[in-house]
Amino acid sequence: MGMNEAKLQEILDQYPAKVQKNRKKHIFIKRSDVESQQIEANTRTIPGIITNRGCAYAGCKGVVLGPIKDMVHIVHGPIGCGYYAWNTRRNKAKSDDPKQNFINYCISTDMQESDIVFGGEKKLAKVIDEVMEIFHPKAITLSATCPVGLIGDDMGAVAKAAEAKHGVQVLSFSCEGYKGVSQSAGHHIANNILMEKVIGTGDQEQAPAKFPINLLGEYNIGGDGWEVERILKEIGYHVVSVMTGDGSYEAIKNAHTAELNLVQCHRSINYIAEMLETKYGTPWLKVNFIGIQGTIESLRNMALYFDDKELTLKTEAVIASELARIEPIFDQYKKICEGKTAFCFVGGSRGHHFQNLFSELGIETLLAGYEFAHRDDYEGREVIPTIKTDADSKNIPHYTAEADEKRFRLKVSPEKLEELKAKIPLGQYKGMRFDMKDGSIIVDDLNHFETEEFIKALKPDIFTSGIKDKYVIQKMGINSKQLHSYDYSGPYAGFNGAVKFAEDISMGFASPTWNFITPPWKNQPLLEGSVTEEGVA
Amino acid sequence: MLDCTPKDITERKSGGIINPAKTCQPIGAMYAALGIHKCLPHSHGSQGCCSYHRMHLTRHFRDPVMASTSCFTEGSSVFGGGANLKASIQNVFHIYKPDVMAIHTTCLTETIGDDVSSIIKTAEVAEGKLVIHANTPSYVGSHITGFSNMTKAMVSYLAESTSPEKKEQANIIPGFVNPGDMREIKRLVESMGIEYIMFPDTSGVVDSPMTGEFEMYPEGGTTVEQLKDTGNSQITLALGRFASSDPADLLNKEYKVPVATLKTPIGIKATDALLMTLRNSFAREIPKEIEIERGQLVDIMTDTHFHFHGKTVAIFGDPDIVTGLTEFVLSLGMVPLHVLTGTPGGSSNSAAGSFEDDINSMLKGAGIEANVKSAGDLFTLHQWIKNQPVDLLIGNTYGKYIARAEDVPFMRVGFPILDRSVHSYLPIVGYHGAMRLIEMISNALLDRADRDAKDEDFELVM
Repeated sequence: MGMNEAKLQEILDQYPAKVQKNRKKHIFIKRSDVESQQIEANTRTIPGIITNRGCAYAGCKGVVLGPIKDMVHIVHGPIGCGYYAWNTRRNKAKSDDPKQNFINYCISTDMQESDIVFGGEKKLAKVIDEVMEIFHPKAITLSATCPVGLIGDDMGAVAKAAEAKHGVQVLSFSCEGYKGVSQSAGHHIANNILMEKVIGTGDQEQAPAKFPINLLGEYNIGGDGWEVERILKEIGYHVVSVMTGDGSYEAIKNAHTAELNLVQCHRSINYIAEMLETKYGTPWLKVNFIGIQGTIESLRNMALYFDDKELTLKTEAVIASELARIEPIFDQYKKICEGKTAFCFVGGSRGHHFQNLFSELGIETLLAGYEFAHRDDYEGREVIPTIKTDADSKNIPHYTAEADEKRFRLKVSPEKLEELKAKIPLGQYKGMRFDMKDGSIIVDDLNHFETEEFIKALKPDIFTSGIKDKYVIQKMGINSKQLHSYDYSGPYAGFNGAVKFAEDISMGFASPTWNFITPPWKNQPLLEGSVTEEGVA
Repeated sequence: MLDCTPKDITERKSGGIINPAKTCQPIGAMYAALGIHKCLPHSHGSQGCCSYHRMHLTRHFRDPVMASTSCFTEGSSVFGGGANLKASIQNVFHIYKPDVMAIHTTCLTETIGDDVSSIIKTAEVAEGKLVIHANTPSYVGSHITGFSNMTKAMVSYLAESTSPEKKEQANIIPGFVNPGDMREIKRLVESMGIEYIMFPDTSGVVDSPMTGEFEMYPEGGTTVEQLKDTGNSQITLALGRFASSDPADLLNKEYKVPVATLKTPIGIKATDALLMTLRNSFAREIPKEIEIERGQLVDIMTDTHFHFHGKTVAIFGDPDIVTGLTEFVLSLGMVPLHVLTGTPGGSSNSAAGSFEDDINSMLKGAGIEANVKSAGDLFTLHQWIKNQPVDLLIGNTYGKYIARAEDVPFMRVGFPILDRSVHSYLPIVGYHGAMRLIEMISNALLDRADRDAKDEDFELVM
């Protein structure tokens, strides 16, 4: 069973005409015999459609800022926004100084009707005062929710006054939920301000150890970042900062000292990656620590970049020892998974990354997509110059960095850079389409209706998505795995993560619980007997 | 764990919250709307609101929670959400085919002043389909207020009185409780042979069975016919006044349906009160099997009183649930030292009175002085516990951080419970629910006693 244009059209035909016209542009069937296949992405979801998307606030505070553990994050708005972004994303953090680890705290101005009518600036200023008095943080973020921009609260002014009063940095993020078309707008807003006001404010001119790197777009969900750091440290890298999983304000301030930036989640952090190159001359490398081969390839690419004999030897040694350790276990799980099929619909990068792991387990990905990605995440970064800006994207401030006069330094010569670019994805990302098989479906902003229809048409064995889909899919008798929260498991990154993922996915297939869906009486008539001419015997 | 929380309590005057014990109105409205049969809740606001509410409800119930959104952009925030809402209404009925679309607002659409009822009136709604709405500004009240407001909208949009004679039936508004609780309340009423309409009723919606088929609209939920008929009922039982008294009062005002506002029937006293009200309103005897259940409960209470008598307890959560739990732990001889809800005062637009007065009067009756607060937060509760430790903490999942920080046994009750399963299927109301609560209380305390006992004090029989 597969999908073709005619079958796809049958599904779309069930939509009202306007919706059909729109959704058609967000879906394509992969063909490698054509050079490009354009998808519409990062555009408005149609009102009334049951989408998985969230808002700019979720992308800014929830995704990028929230994981920074040693800043107090104040949410300016009614209580809900702060409440829902409190401990819900599994961005783990630990600290040597527990009194400066605010990861389990939710601070909200809890705007009331009077604040909406008369303005909430004074209340926000008072909340900052209290936070300083109680927590003594080194820095504070303020995140705006929908009403803030609408009533015209000047958070920037409140932040500036608070900085003067308390002598710590207070960063203001205008990430109102209605900005942009999804979480993606919030990523961009957070990136801009971290770049403009935090990165490079540290005193260090040089990293304290060899091979210093930043790990960008790694949020330490289920401990992913810790597993990646374990491997990197074993090889001999010095991790300057992680943005932002288990992230630290102090570390991010010195991010300019890295010699290379690794980009895991391209969507949420590529802005900072680009700006670090412009400002400090540090290139970025697209890595993917999801999957055994992805991890190996990323490590080898890093070694190529640093071009150090000892580092290269150590890289190979670590790869060999890790493989020897995990492969026998992984192969056991592969036996359970081999031949199965999957749908992989996740946020902005994992929809691509996890296809690696599926493939290594012998699972074919029939459909994949992203909730809030842009065209470049599907088609590759080379399409960026051709992406049209629209009214929604124009509303997001586009901060551009300039070369830092003092600290800009080319990390490798231009010739060497070109040479490397031919071999490794330095400053490049080819997008999801590149890796997918012909005939597979790529869907942007997959919605509930399409979820049901594609499941009925293709009957995958597993569907990886988020919590809002999970039980819909499972009601259909199909195993569903959350790849936002990992179903509270993990890590799934790196070598140990691959094994954990294999174990969890196999558990989903092997669970005897699926066998009880049909009650025994559905398959057996109440009265046993045979029908004769006289009636029931 | 929570190492940044100091023991010293300094007065906080900003009105800000640290670690909330409430969330905003729309999630309550969404949950209530799921209790209408074949209804799709719709969030009129940014996508994020709908996403967050679905996420949280789904995590609590571990069942599909379907809802749509108006997908606001900056443009719609400037020009108003009329076009988005009208497009939503068309698309929802075309694609998802509900019978009812229940719209709730958000802080965004309330702030810009969208007139939802006018928009609905000018929208094209297909024949036989219904659109209702509730104003649920996130900056007023809490999720409980939102539940109340959507339930009120069911009355204002749908209830009617078709004859001056009232039918011999009861309206039962269960409040913001689990489907397991709603089932248990229905079982009690049915055991007395009394006709009733429960609304909203999420049983059969967010605890739907696994069949291998996904049903967008499962079998449960109060039907539109039933909601219409609520104006004809002889009485409305509003269980838990924060979540239920406003809609009940509206039925009384519009259709002269008398109201009995009772506590959520948690524990023996509140269950007794529910049954006595039913008995007296309909002149029906309490059936033998229910009397036996009560007798079993009392048997358990007396047999095991030494497990919990005199133990100190902190309780937090939603006001109706906390009120019921406080009454019940007092019936058990326990000593509540800290009682807190995040929901402010009375429910909005009603003169329902004060949570703090209610709790204090119960405590006074038992000769206990305690910290009692409405519109409180978990930072305050944690500081109270640091200053005056307790033997047991009762509340929703968010309490686990305090319980770990202070090494207090913890019992999960209320909304949301995100880290344990099955809770939404099993009741805490009625006599059976009370038995379950005792089991949970005793187990929490005895597990701790076992954990802490020296080898020589470790007991086989307790």
